[in-house]
Amino acid sequence: MMRDYLFQGLQMLLVLLLSPLLTGLVRKVKARLLRRQGPPLLQPYRDLVRLMRKDVVLAENASWLFRAIPYIVFAGTWVAASLVPTFASGLLFSWSADLIALVALLGSARFFLALAGLDVGTSFGGIGSSREVMIASLAEPAMLMIVFTLALVAGSTQLSAIAAHMVSGEVGLRVSLGLALLGLIMVAIAENGRIPIDNPATHLELTMVHEAMVLEYSGRHLALIDLSSELKLVLYISMIGCLFTPWGIAPPNGSATEIAIGIGSYIAKLTLGGFLLAVFETSIAKMRVFRVPAFLGAALMLGLLGTLLLFVSGSL
Amino acid sequence: MANYALYSVAVLLALAPIAVVLAASPSASNVIYSACLVVALVLCVVGVISLLGRTSSSVTLPLGLPWLGAHFRIDALAAFFMIVVNLGGAAASLFAIGYGQHEQAPERVLPFYPAYLAGMNLVVLSDDAFSFLVSWEFMSLSSWALVVAHHWEHENLRAGYIYLLMASFGTLALLLGFGLLAGANGNYAFDAIRVSHPSAALAALVLILALIGAGSKAGIVPLHAWLPLAHPAAPSHVSALMSGVMTKVAVYGFIRIAFDLLGAPEWWWSMLVLAAGGITAVMGVLYALMQHDLKRLLAYHTVENIGIIYIGLGLALAFKANGMAVAAALALTAGLLHVFNHSIFKSLLFFGAGAVLNSTGERDMEHLGGLIHRMPQTAFVFLVGCVAISALPPLNGFVSEWLTFQAILLSPQLPSWGLKFLVPAVGALLALSAALAAACFVKAFGVSFLGRPRTPAAATAHETDSNSLAAMFFLAALCLVAGVLPGIFIDALAPVTNALVGTSMPHQTGLDWLTIVPIAESRSSYNGLLVFIFVTVSGSIAALGIHRLASDKLRRGPAWDCGYPDSSPVTQYTASSFAQPIRRVFGTTVFRAREIGEMPAPGATAPARLTVELHDLIWDYGYAPIAAFVGGAADRLNVLQFLTIRRYLTLVFAALVVLLLVLAIWP
Amino acid sequence: MVRGSLSFDVAHLLAGSLVLVSFMQLYQDRLYALLNIYALHALVLAASVAWQAFVQDAPHLYLTAIIALVFKAIVIPTALHRIIVRLGIHREIETVVGVGPAMLLGMGLVALSMVVMLRVTAEADPLAREDLAFALSVVLLGLLMMVTRRNAVSQVVGFMSLENGLVLAATGAKGMPLVVEISVAFSVLIAFIVIGIFLFRIRERFDTVDVQALDRFRGERR
Repeated sequence: MMRDYLFQGLQMLLVLLLSPLLTGLVRKVKARLLRRQGPPLLQPYRDLVRLMRKDVVLAENASWLFRAIPYIVFAGTWVAASLVPTFASGLLFSWSADLIALVALLGSARFFLALAGLDVGTSFGGIGSSREVMIASLAEPAMLMIVFTLALVAGSTQLSAIAAHMVSGEVGLRVSLGLALLGLIMVAIAENGRIPIDNPATHLELTMVHEAMVLEYSGRHLALIDLSSELKLVLYISMIGCLFTPWGIAPPNGSATEIAIGIGSYIAKLTLGGFLLAVFETSIAKMRVFRVPAFLGAALMLGLLGTLLLFVSGSL
Repeated sequence: MANYALYSVAVLLALAPIAVVLAASPSASNVIYSACLVVALVLCVVGVISLLGRTSSSVTLPLGLPWLGAHFRIDALAAFFMIVVNLGGAAASLFAIGYGQHEQAPERVLPFYPAYLAGMNLVVLSDDAFSFLVSWEFMSLSSWALVVAHHWEHENLRAGYIYLLMASFGTLALLLGFGLLAGANGNYAFDAIRVSHPSAALAALVLILALIGAGSKAGIVPLHAWLPLAHPAAPSHVSALMSGVMTKVAVYGFIRIAFDLLGAPEWWWSMLVLAAGGITAVMGVLYALMQHDLKRLLAYHTVENIGIIYIGLGLALAFKANGMAVAAALALTAGLLHVFNHSIFKSLLFFGAGAVLNSTGERDMEHLGGLIHRMPQTAFVFLVGCVAISALPPLNGFVSEWLTFQAILLSPQLPSWGLKFLVPAVGALLALSAALAAACFVKAFGVSFLGRPRTPAAATAHETDSNSLAAMFFLAALCLVAGVLPGIFIDALAPVTNALVGTSMPHQTGLDWLTIVPIAESRSSYNGLLVFIFVTVSGSIAALGIHRLASDKLRRGPAWDCGYPDSSPVTQYTASSFAQPIRRVFGTTVFRAREIGEMPAPGATAPARLTVELHDLIWDYGYAPIAAFVGGAADRLNVLQFLTIRRYLTLVFAALVVLLLVLAIWP
Repeated sequence: MVRGSLSFDVAHLLAGSLVLVSFMQLYQDRLYALLNIYALHALVLAASVAWQAFVQDAPHLYLTAIIALVFKAIVIPTALHRIIVRLGIHREIETVVGVGPAMLLGMGLVALSMVVMLRVTAEADPLAREDLAFALSVVLLGLLMMVTRRNAVSQVVGFMSLENGLVLAATGAKGMPLVVEISVAFSVLIAFIVIGIFLFRIRERFDTVDVQALDRFRGERR
């Protein structure tokens, strides 16, 4: 019992501590691919500490909601990230929120972030919020259809149950899972605001979505929002890892060696995911904003096709 | 129990003429609305006792048709809907105690309001077709009177006219349906209808008529056209009742016919209901996204939620037809829970819109802005309503959507190929409508309450009175309770599903930590309380930790705006500009949305102009041709008004000859 | 064949990838990209046929796979590449129906073919049924491509992907004799040569291969 609480706590701490490191890795690999030195791996930690120590400069007409939103967004994303099995399945509180609830929790974080964009009443915030809700209006249904596909394969919407089913080897290489994997990668790119949907390193109005929404934030608020985006990236890579490459995850009540293997394989998956993301981002150009619906529409179609195949025949 | 209910309804009916007498005095509105509040609370308590006590009582009054009488019964379904109707009614009456002070024409509103409440209650309590239809018409007429109460605005009159047309059309469909059910012998009592077994063709026809009749009152696309015209035209507390409660009474009518009176359903009925629900959900929210009038946006959004309810009902019909009783109970519970949830948060949102209208005199979002500073409490409860209606955890909207998704995940077990084709598509439409709803309410809250005030009216708004705020806070608290303790509500619905599909969902209260487990623990579970606690605790830890360890200093300065601050509030995003990306993606096909920009030549002093064109295709290709046809036919027939005497005599002579011929030939 | 076994899954995976590549073809609006996707289509077909050859232990299917690989994945795309450069249309972008509605229609066609095939062949071997369903989807998507494109070269590509679907169906149904494959392949080759000749003549005469523009010269007015 104590052990379960310890593991849940360890998971929460682990995702929190590893997320800036993952972002640092992605930036470093992108820089190296462009033949630059790039910032040091631990730079995001330094950035967060630096931001937290600074004063917050608020616009004169920002409301109490604007000040509360970074905490709401961070809390939602952190709770969601703590519920995705990383090194061990059978987390203590995984039954309190299944995959659908997780997607909706991330949706609430995004709802509040879009409100933050509109709060100060500038046109940049409006641009970011309106584009973000357009992307969300297609990414969220795509994600839900992918969740349906996974749930129909595994017979449950609980993440731990799906992960356990995938590890058990009864699954095989199913077409609908292939479609779901492709769709999940596309949705993950869109939700995390990476190239080709959004550029996380830009401040040009034509290319901003996420950066435009958080333009007015500074100091500790901005630190929390940056930490939330980093957590979201870790969440999605962990999700893809535990659902499609679940080898190495320790079973519930595993031994110490299984836990150690679990942690090791998790760190390896994160590193591989970060590396592949950096290579993908470097090799492709950012899409025009109004080509994004076609991209996400394709992800929605993939999810729908996967679900349809599973409705029509149990072995697909 | 039924006696108490009928006495209370009689009190409501008596309040109407009292209101006519008192209307001139200044305290009339207080008296009438307080009386309505008390009576609605009594009726709500009666409903709760009947539902939880699992009793059913009935009364027959010697009114109406002499050989039939007027039957009234409170069974589980009626008790649940009594709770929904009267909770909404009580909240609206509390709100109106404050809001009604600003009413410009109290003599047109006060008499019809108690009558409207009485009518809705009578529909739910009716146990025979005649009293059902009479109460239904009474409900429609009293709400029509409320819609045209502010008759000095021309669009209200047009809204009332279209409402009356569609309501009559709906009642006609229901009349035909009940007539077919009652059969040639005229057995109008519901008890008699339940034991008669109509043939399959007849049952199908009755279902379609019920779908049209009750659906037009609920707002199913394409019969929804009256809803966004009529609901905003009424005073705000009445709009809340129409959107939040009357649509649910229409859903009650459909459930009563489809699940109770028709007996065992055919599987293909569910395809009609599912298709109607799915299309309604997506079309409703797309229409809502294009609006910039706050109340019209809320009215269109009601259409979306009715679609979600009908999706749940369609799944329940499919499962029931295939004998999968537990799954049917799950789908039906999801639909009914959404009925309850929607009535709460839609009423809350309409109250907020009413409060804004009172303070600023504006309904148009493009003239609002920055109200979170001027009306902080209203803004807070409106935000709770927006979060709830966008189906975000841990509030109640998420619970009913989650249950609907779980029901969809049980559908591969359905054997029919048509459903295997349709249900994934409906699931995708449901997911799409949920995401678009969140976008819609970011727009509604963000443009009206956040940002900078766009007009002096918004800049000088003031907070509303305490009665309105009390009503809104009560509903917001109910949203939170229903979100974190959903097991209580699911268990309360057990007698209803027992009566309609034969079984109920597994017992929810008593599970660890108040989780809900709709099917089995290994399949799925959700714990709203824990999610709420986790989110609050992590947020607080983060806040406290950072404030203690890092920094808690704050300075105010002008907005950064990337170094280009603009002092005019007109440059911030408007409702239309916020919806522009979504309008471009979805609206280009669905509404033939076009943006036309006219740019004058450089150096010319004429202003540039941007026009956004939207076509309501259902109106253009559905309603307008029918109206044109009826008008044309009426013009042709009008000739009969102006004939000469000789021609009239010829008509009479010809009719006589034809009748004699028929008599001669008839075998 | 045991349900859920690896051979089963790989066959389905390859057939499903073929459907996916057909969708990718619908999405393309630039001709070079379209030809590359068509080459990928033929490559996946070759892999699928080779896997069927392995699983069914039918060596003549390897020959079919090699024909698909060499002719359809390499020779024909390169030839078409040269043709469109000579026609000078390699920079054009063309669709009749927008991408969104085309994808939705494609989805509907896939759903339809799944439901029809699985319903009609209820007693047949499970592996073959589902592969047939995928094959029918590929055929329908090829037809959709021919219907929604204005450029004659795109219509030719649609026609060829339709033929790929037919080959998939035939190999999946166990026992397609080599003579059928050769005759089908030759007829496609002849059709292709004839189409190519006509394209050049049309281009010389009318300066365009846009079929909508060509309608005007047919003399039929509506």
